[in-house]
Amino acid sequence: MSTDKSKTNKTNIIEISKLNKWYGDFHALKNIDLEVKEGEIIVVCGPSGSGKSTLIRCVNFLEKFQEGTVVVSGTELTDDAQKIRKIRSEVAMVFQHFNLFPHLTIVDNLTLAPIWVHNETKQEAREKALKLLDRVGIRDQAEKYPNQLSGGQQQRVAIARSLCTSPKIMLFDEPTSALDPEMISEVLDVMVELAKEGITMICVTHEMGFAKKVANRIIFMDEGQIVEENDPDKFFNNAESNRLKMFLSQILTH
Amino acid sequence: MSVYDQQATRKPPISQIGAILWLRTNLFSSWINTVLTATSLYFLYLMIPPLLDWMFFNASFSFGTINFFGFDIKFSEEMATNSNCGRVGACWPYIYEKLYMYTYGFYPRTETWRPNIVFGLTALLFVIIPLVKNYKYKNRVILSLIVIYPIVSYVLISGGFGLLPVVETHLWGGLLLTLVIASVGIIVSFPIGVVLALGRQSELRVIKLFSTLFIEFVRAVPLITILFMASFVLPLFLEPGNNSVDKLLRALIGIALFQAAYFAEVVRGGLQAIPRGQYEAADAIGLSYFQKNALIVLPQALKISIPNIVGSSISLFKDTTLVLIIGLLDMLAMVGLTTADPYWLGRETEGYVFVTIVMWVMLYSMSRYSRKLELRFNTENTN
Repeated sequence: MSTDKSKTNKTNIIEISKLNKWYGDFHALKNIDLEVKEGEIIVVCGPSGSGKSTLIRCVNFLEKFQEGTVVVSGTELTDDAQKIRKIRSEVAMVFQHFNLFPHLTIVDNLTLAPIWVHNETKQEAREKALKLLDRVGIRDQAEKYPNQLSGGQQQRVAIARSLCTSPKIMLFDEPTSALDPEMISEVLDVMVELAKEGITMICVTHEMGFAKKVANRIIFMDEGQIVEENDPDKFFNNAESNRLKMFLSQILTH
Repeated sequence: MSVYDQQATRKPPISQIGAILWLRTNLFSSWINTVLTATSLYFLYLMIPPLLDWMFFNASFSFGTINFFGFDIKFSEEMATNSNCGRVGACWPYIYEKLYMYTYGFYPRTETWRPNIVFGLTALLFVIIPLVKNYKYKNRVILSLIVIYPIVSYVLISGGFGLLPVVETHLWGGLLLTLVIASVGIIVSFPIGVVLALGRQSELRVIKLFSTLFIEFVRAVPLITILFMASFVLPLFLEPGNNSVDKLLRALIGIALFQAAYFAEVVRGGLQAIPRGQYEAADAIGLSYFQKNALIVLPQALKISIPNIVGSSISLFKDTTLVLIIGLLDMLAMVGLTTADPYWLGRETEGYVFVTIVMWVMLYSMSRYSRKLELRFNTENTN
């Protein structure tokens, strides 16, 4: 499949090895090894509490970890604040609850990082922001405040905000879980568009339709470890582990 | 299966509205409420008529002739003296006679235009702030006003810098001194309070420990103690053997540190109300610690805290009256001072009532004003 092609001629943009994380005594991530190539689309799924959010939050160091290494585009994650900021300017994240800044207008939400982190002028940041809002289809809401928008619109703003700094990698942490059913597709449409453009994406999501359509690889996690990892075709039709078979049967029956 | 017709929208039924209903639901809804209402009315009946008698009907308003902006207003032939005022009612000519003391203390009469300009500027500031709401550079305007206003006021009141004759702080008094202590206390302590609040939430242990210790120590000690310490202990550290550190300055340092601890707790309450997601989003887009707090966390936390910040400021305003203990002559201290004047012996009641009214008017307007401000600047929850 296409995954093999991309694996051979692209370099690893994320390398995670022997990653272990504990919350107190609770072993949240167990010996995770994962390599992601440039431009790959990876979907992470699994039951709640399986550590999938924790895993992607380790990639931009929102979660600290106790053992193992995470290398993002050639920089190893350590406590060094400079390095963390550098990585965060290349890795963008979209949250389950959008986390827009309620005291700023939509367009100010977008221009914040370009102006303060990337030293762009207000003018160019604003132009770029409006272009991105146009792309996610809410340019006419630019001067409103987040609370005046619907959930789906807010999530599209959040995606536009994370694109504002031209990131190499996008992390999605259950971007559609907090949305009403009729708003899910408008957000997924935007994500599919992004996937086509070749940006590296790791999505924690339960939208299996989305996974089938765009993922290069799907990772199934349970109890803090990667149980199975495969291309979508084999993942859905030829699951090897019993745990995955059970999970699939539970989420696909409805 | 059933199909339903679309229902028309109607206005709510006009129920029983009116004064009688209001009385019945609010004052006489149960027998307990009725008893409480009756008791309250009885106490009001006991208190209000004598008070009105004292303040107005039996009071003396013989001010003589007052020049009011160029117009002569004649109240009586001559101004009443203490003895011909009588003892049944208030002697308001006493207040009129001592109004200068109550307002400026011993500030030289030739220089009163300076504090007057400061009073005017203060009023202007309160008018301007709500007006700039929709102005593009409102933050810049407000910030620069907050920086410029104290400097201009200081130069005007204190003089010096080769511009104006110096008026030493021991001459400041009355309402002027009350306003100086309160506004300096609030303006200086606020940034310190914010820093302490952030410090208390810091991940750096030493900073957290220091902030917590400071806040908890100061909050557990009465203001009077701190004023005494500032007045008598601080000089030992600043200039041993020399008592020349300005008395007012010492009090101001004490009050600012005291108030900073209270502001810190108020702001911490606001900080705790900010969802974790806001911090994470700010981190994820790569903002530094400073940017995260200045651009994302504090603007939201301070907005939430406005009512408590104002409440705390009002408390401080009232607490400034304690400075009379260390010999500063604020508005309240003037009551004792002016009634020690042999001509006006025994007029303390008028003095205290007057100070009460002035304080109430200022503080009540302050609280109404802040409520207005809060509604005006509340943008995020409007639909």
